[in-house]
Amino acid sequence: MPVITYREALRHAMDEELNRDPNVVIMGEEVGQFHGAYKVTEGLLAKYGPKRIVDTPISEAGFLGMGIGSAMLGLRPVMELMFFSFYSVAFDQIFNNAANIRYMSGGLINCPIVIRGPANGGTNVGATHSHTPESIAAYHPGIKVVVPSTPYDAKGLLKSAIRDNDPVMFMENTILYGEMGEVPTEEYLVPLGSAKVMREGKDISIIGHGRAIQMALKSADMLKEKHNINAEVVDLRSIRPLDEATILASVKKTNRVLLVEEAKPFCSVSAMLACIIQEKAFDYLDAPIRRVTSMDAPAIYSPPLEKEQLPTPQKIFDAALAVLK
Amino acid sequence: MIKKTPSSRKTEVTDSGYDARQAPVNAKLGRDEKIEFFRDMLRIRRFEERCLRSYQGGKIGGFLHLYIGQESVAVGCVSVMGGDDHIITAYRDHGHGLAVGMGMNEMMAENYGKYTGCSKGKGGSMHYFDPSRHYWGGHGIVGGQVPLGTGIAYALKYKGIKGACLTFMGDGAVNQGAVHESYNLAALWDLPVVYIIENNGYSMGTSQERSSAGESLAGRAAGYGMNWSIVENGHDVYEVRDKVSKALKLAHDQCKPSVLEIRTYRYRGHSVADPDSTYRDKSEIEEYKSTKDPIMLYQNALVAEGVLTDEIIKKIDDSARAEAETSAQFAEQSPYPTLEDIKKDVYWEVDNPQDKKSVGNLFFD
Repeated sequence: MPVITYREALRHAMDEELNRDPNVVIMGEEVGQFHGAYKVTEGLLAKYGPKRIVDTPISEAGFLGMGIGSAMLGLRPVMELMFFSFYSVAFDQIFNNAANIRYMSGGLINCPIVIRGPANGGTNVGATHSHTPESIAAYHPGIKVVVPSTPYDAKGLLKSAIRDNDPVMFMENTILYGEMGEVPTEEYLVPLGSAKVMREGKDISIIGHGRAIQMALKSADMLKEKHNINAEVVDLRSIRPLDEATILASVKKTNRVLLVEEAKPFCSVSAMLACIIQEKAFDYLDAPIRRVTSMDAPAIYSPPLEKEQLPTPQKIFDAALAVLK
Repeated sequence: MIKKTPSSRKTEVTDSGYDARQAPVNAKLGRDEKIEFFRDMLRIRRFEERCLRSYQGGKIGGFLHLYIGQESVAVGCVSVMGGDDHIITAYRDHGHGLAVGMGMNEMMAENYGKYTGCSKGKGGSMHYFDPSRHYWGGHGIVGGQVPLGTGIAYALKYKGIKGACLTFMGDGAVNQGAVHESYNLAALWDLPVVYIIENNGYSMGTSQERSSAGESLAGRAAGYGMNWSIVENGHDVYEVRDKVSKALKLAHDQCKPSVLEIRTYRYRGHSVADPDSTYRDKSEIEEYKSTKDPIMLYQNALVAEGVLTDEIIKKIDDSARAEAETSAQFAEQSPYPTLEDIKKDVYWEVDNPQDKKSVGNLFFD
């Protein structure tokens, strides 16, 4: 099986869907002539031309709103946010218009749009460019939120997101863009809402999404090497819809839970997971649920400090031991 | 008065002897069409007067943004739309709804929050939709619909459909960033959109002088190299038709956007529960009503032409009142949505389980 980068996997997904459906349009800042600020869309302009690959001005509320309007009339725009952090510039368009239009029209109007881009910290770009708004997006009924952590999932999930008839916010990660992984040449889809057990174990469930999963896998190795602990690592892959069945099955198997994510702790995805787990699997828990998240402050610039503000394999390792105490 | 943009993209030439009745789009109008415009305007007014009574009777919740005084704008604009044209507006959306052909029953029922409403009671007075009639709402956030209208125009052009999107906003919307971003995109990419500013003089309780810099609101289009003009007499359905049809022609034939500012006036508060006295005198309203009421003026003109008689007027008016009354009864007798309905129409795939592709939970209660 070919080994390609997360970035290439995303590009292949868009390429295949552009080829499959003439209503798919890629839009965003620098996606065409510049080949994408992070080169995700590289080569697509040459292949599909400026009608399908559209460079927009720096005008998120305008072009995202325009994409939403075009989706109402049947296009399937895939809108790139150069940084997902810029979603806040278009907040009203995303959360009042895309999220609500189907509801407020009593089901008469659909909005098949994908809003994608990198949502992560850890690159020393300061608080304004380091938002991880999974929970803010997923808070809104009508919106779907997807966070792939591997090249395989990046491709399969993006293809599903583009074919989805509801608005999907697709959160990538600049640090993962260069990560390599096996991706089949034949077509496949990964359905939204299915979590994946990345590593099986019986002693503790480490559950999370995005880059935190890559860290969790390293922590699991450390736990095995140093303490012969078998940690199970569950990648949510999709926040809304959420695969509660896989989460709860893992909890019921290991009876101990550590939740990990790059986002801030308050009102976060892990906070919601802790609520769901105590509601639905309280009797299976042998210890309090713990979490590893970003430290609760705006993202600091200072490079060595930013590393410490975010989750690390060591923090996850330590927290897992605390859960197992 | 028609202004010229300083850009090379000129609007029409000013003509001091302008007579909207003689404009090509109006000169050929037959008796039936004229009566239809009159009927449509009167239906809007009678519908809204009935809405007001229901609101005062506690039957309608939330806000009620009445269009009374502005009827010539929606009727005039919609009357020149072609089969491939689309329309979107803000929350003062009843007039546009009736003008595109929505029924009073579904509209009144929506106001009452009933399941038989056009949005099944999920949108309310500010959120009417009828995509089958190319009416895309009905939007509650000032200026928020303007990028959507731009996107509808974008999709029309993308699909090679020779239509345009009439994108309405109020005078208060022109200071929202999303509006300016839309102007830029439409002008940059030559989108077939006609932005229509219904300037009724007040953004809620703040007059144009107190909220908007510059001389004219439409004139801001010049900064984007876009055509613009002003309909000084927005109460005149003929002038509205003439200017809007020219803007539509520009969109259809040359795929060019434009901005039209239509001067009009609302008789009621921003929403009817809002007080009027803090920002304008009653005399101002009375003055407009007695000299520029669009329905009265059109009625007088058609009587003078011999198109309308007292008898025909009474018949049309009685019918409009009866239709409005029937709609209130229909709304009254209709069922409310059920608790189960609250979670329908949120996700397409939940409502279409046979085609559902995702797995996992979409709701969390």
